[in-house]
Amino acid sequence: MSFFSYAWSWLKQPQQWHGPEGIPVRILEQLGYSALALLVAALIAIPLGILIGHTGRGAVAVVNVANAWRAIPTLGLLVLLTLWLGFSVLAWLVPLVVLAIPAILVNVYEGVAGVDPELRDAARGMGMTPWQQIRKVEVPVAMPLIVLGLRTGAIFVVATATIAAYIGLGGLGRYIIDGLAENNYGEVAGGALFVVLLALAVQALFVGVRRVAVPKGLRLQGRSS
Amino acid sequence: MMWSWIPQNAAQIRQLTLESAYLGIAPALIGLLISLPLGIACSRWRWLYAPVLSATSVLYAVPSLALFIVLIPYTGLTDTTVIIALTLFSFCILVPGVVDGMRSVPDPVRQAATAMGFGTLRRLVQVELPIALPVVIAGLRVAMVSSISLASVGQLIGVSSLGYFIIDGYQRDFPTEIYVGAGLIIVLALVCDLLLVGLRRLLTPWRPGRSSGETKTVAPAPVPTPMVVAR
Repeated sequence: MSFFSYAWSWLKQPQQWHGPEGIPVRILEQLGYSALALLVAALIAIPLGILIGHTGRGAVAVVNVANAWRAIPTLGLLVLLTLWLGFSVLAWLVPLVVLAIPAILVNVYEGVAGVDPELRDAARGMGMTPWQQIRKVEVPVAMPLIVLGLRTGAIFVVATATIAAYIGLGGLGRYIIDGLAENNYGEVAGGALFVVLLALAVQALFVGVRRVAVPKGLRLQGRSS
Repeated sequence: MMWSWIPQNAAQIRQLTLESAYLGIAPALIGLLISLPLGIACSRWRWLYAPVLSATSVLYAVPSLALFIVLIPYTGLTDTTVIIALTLFSFCILVPGVVDGMRSVPDPVRQAATAMGFGTLRRLVQVELPIALPVVIAGLRVAMVSSISLASVGQLIGVSSLGYFIIDGYQRDFPTEIYVGAGLIIVLALVCDLLLVGLRRLLTPWRPGRSSGETKTVAPAPVPTPMVVAR
């Protein structure tokens, strides 16, 4: 039997679609956890990335720390916080946020730091204050990379939220963890299928966000080059 | 932290560290072997790059645990499942790295090589690849560190690595074991990372070895995400 036939035989059962453990509820849970974590991570990483990109201070540290950050094992972080704090909001939210921050931070920093120096000079020459330079020039020009950072952050958040089912978080990961524990591969496959679909949907969402958020001038420029 | 646990379990610690190294390093290297020809092809025929890049960015979005499970009916609860999944992630990280590396070769250098009578293959091996190497290795560092760290997730489907200590320590409520497991994963990843930095210095002796020079020249390239579509 293939992966899809396992998944299909599980998800065609009507009881999977109702009640507090049904697929719609699990999808909403997963989206809720992920959105909250991404929001918190973005609120920390975007201002910090803009600040570092604008001033150029701490840039080397950011790139190096972001590389080393990948070494942190997701599972270890989740499990340790749960042992320390007991299962609580912090035990899953902190790992999700912590793992998403570097992806956002590095891209925002690279976007802002990569703004053409001539553009910066022009903005300053027009009499813009530093705050205006950031808001009207640097952030719009950096927007493609800022959206890319959020998108990459979303990948990490969705993946970590799935694994967090192991420490007792709801969401689609529940089907995977519970199914593995009960040796019910149909449930595991069904859960995994929805995790994949959700991850792809989130990616598609960010393609849309990019279309809306990136200034028209940049899009036209990208097309001609 | 119960320090005496470490010497008592030295043999198991050693064995699982080796297993983690295998599960982390093999995928990065296999990923490199696949992405080199494909990346070179993408830099030669530009129309090829857009579809390949979309495919890799979609694939990279799939959570590791889900990808393991998709593979189980075909490769079972084995090392192979974890290695295939992590190879795919490495591949997604490395293809843009190879393409960016090939694009970092200045055109005059290419033309000079051609003018000196280098054929396509010889120019690739002796001129283009050496110049692309730092960017490729920057990608390889990201791929290897991620693989080593992600391999521990394989423990959830029963594939042993240092992740075993994390799960076992959690189930027995014994933090020492988790510190050892997670700590060794981080150490292993950072050691491999340093080895790759050393390898790069060894292979590109013409570049400034000091770290200040290094971050200046390499910094724009290792965008630590495989999805550089945004550019």
